[in-house]
Amino acid sequence: MSHHLVSLSDVVFDYPDGTPALRGVSFAIHHGESVGLVGANGAGKSTILLHLAGVLLPRSGEVRVGDWPVTPKTLAQVRRSLGFVFQDPDDQLFSPSVGDDVAFGPLNLGLPDDVVEERVVYALERAGATALRPRPPYRLSGGEKRAAAIASVLSMSPDVLVMDEPSAGLDPAARRRLIGLLRSFEHTKVVATHDLDLVLEVCARTIVLRDGRVAADGPTASIFSDEALLSDCHLEKPLRLQSCPRCGPR
Amino acid sequence: MRTDGIAAALAHVERLDGLARADSLAGRLDPRAKLATTLAFLVTVASYGRYQVTALLPLALFPVAILTLGDVPLAPILIRVALVSPLAILVGIFNPILDPSPIGSLGPFVITAGWASFASILVRFALSVSAALLLVATTGLDAVCAALSRFRVPRVLVVQLLFLYRYLFVLFGEVSRTLRAYALRSPSHPVPRVREAGALLGQVLLRTLSRAQRVHAAMLCRGFDGELRLRRPLRARSADVAFVVTWFAFFALSRAFDLPRLLGNAVAGAVR
Repeated sequence: MSHHLVSLSDVVFDYPDGTPALRGVSFAIHHGESVGLVGANGAGKSTILLHLAGVLLPRSGEVRVGDWPVTPKTLAQVRRSLGFVFQDPDDQLFSPSVGDDVAFGPLNLGLPDDVVEERVVYALERAGATALRPRPPYRLSGGEKRAAAIASVLSMSPDVLVMDEPSAGLDPAARRRLIGLLRSFEHTKVVATHDLDLVLEVCARTIVLRDGRVAADGPTASIFSDEALLSDCHLEKPLRLQSCPRCGPR
Repeated sequence: MRTDGIAAALAHVERLDGLARADSLAGRLDPRAKLATTLAFLVTVASYGRYQVTALLPLALFPVAILTLGDVPLAPILIRVALVSPLAILVGIFNPILDPSPIGSLGPFVITAGWASFASILVRFALSVSAALLLVATTGLDAVCAALSRFRVPRVLVVQLLFLYRYLFVLFGEVSRTLRAYALRSPSHPVPRVREAGALLGQVLLRTLSRAQRVHAAMLCRGFDGELRLRRPLRARSADVAFVVTWFAFFALSRAFDLPRLLGNAVAGAVR
């Protein structure tokens, strides 16, 4: 088995209208790592995530997840080991009840009913969503929908959790709960987000993207203290690292 | 503003699921029993002659019974029937003009064939729509779909029905946001004109398509292979069999005999 759980080697991708989206992206993520993917709008964050799940396939270069290169033939294996939490939970939760949605993945894996049930109970509990089980997804609050969406991928027991803007649209308390939840997961995590404070709390490593290329890759603390890099990539220091407007500079 | 009207209408059409108490008598019945009975009801209603009105009335017993057995509140059902009634009115509104031949009288009033067929359309419409609504209210659309797939309805249709139900309100939301955005930037013409409506509709369609792609991608990521596996253990008990047999017998009876007329004759005979 490869010691890299997720890797991209020189991945190039253009959108159907010809706009280049990724211009040779390479990085490797190890078991248990928690990686923040940051960058300006259109830098290529979501495109990379979609490549990991095999929703998009590169024009050239290779994407590997676990032991598998991501190709049309290996999609089933790749998706078994990768849990993708989409940005808009409404895109992800389509079943009549949260319980059904959490069972959707395990049922597709062809697991027997009692194992499906175990998985559902476990995933809901891990995501703090046990009470939501009988409720229809369209009646949930933003934070509840997010928790349900996370449970719906946890039930597949993925090795890697991939999340697109997990804190978008959440109120501060729901966002705080989400951060606590993400910190409690021992999975390998890849989080694409503009919420740099979340990255600071959840991810030890950060990859900065600019115009479809990796602009920087390193420990989160050192990346976020490089103000020139951040401003060059349309980012700014997380609020927690900025000086307090009342107490003055740190 | 018009868009607020749409939002209010949407709030009215909110979900039907959960209207009935799940532990009610009708809620506990096997979805297949309710689906089969409702289908038989719809076929029976449709099979009556175009001028028959009073003969249809005994069939109202079915929706009334389901309403009672399911503890379903009456008002939401009536509101929904009323919301779609313009369709039925449109279908029959010209009948009285097109078909003025007299077919009977009610006291001093002459009843024309047109009015009878118009009334028949309205009664059938009210019966059918309320029965369908009550089926979903007491069963839940997911269980109805599970029953449909057990009845070997093609999987594609069942999946489409489920998705239509799930995303109807998301799509309505998108339409109403588009209209609101338009109205806010067009104070003198809050309602889009025809040439702009095309562009707006195109926008909504494109957004719908990209949402469909995202939903599909999310499903693929969780191992979707074209088959939607619903976990609904269906168990038919003797109560379900009794339910189906009783109602089928009642529908056959109402169809074979004009019950109101028989009752009327019997009462008239007794009075004499």
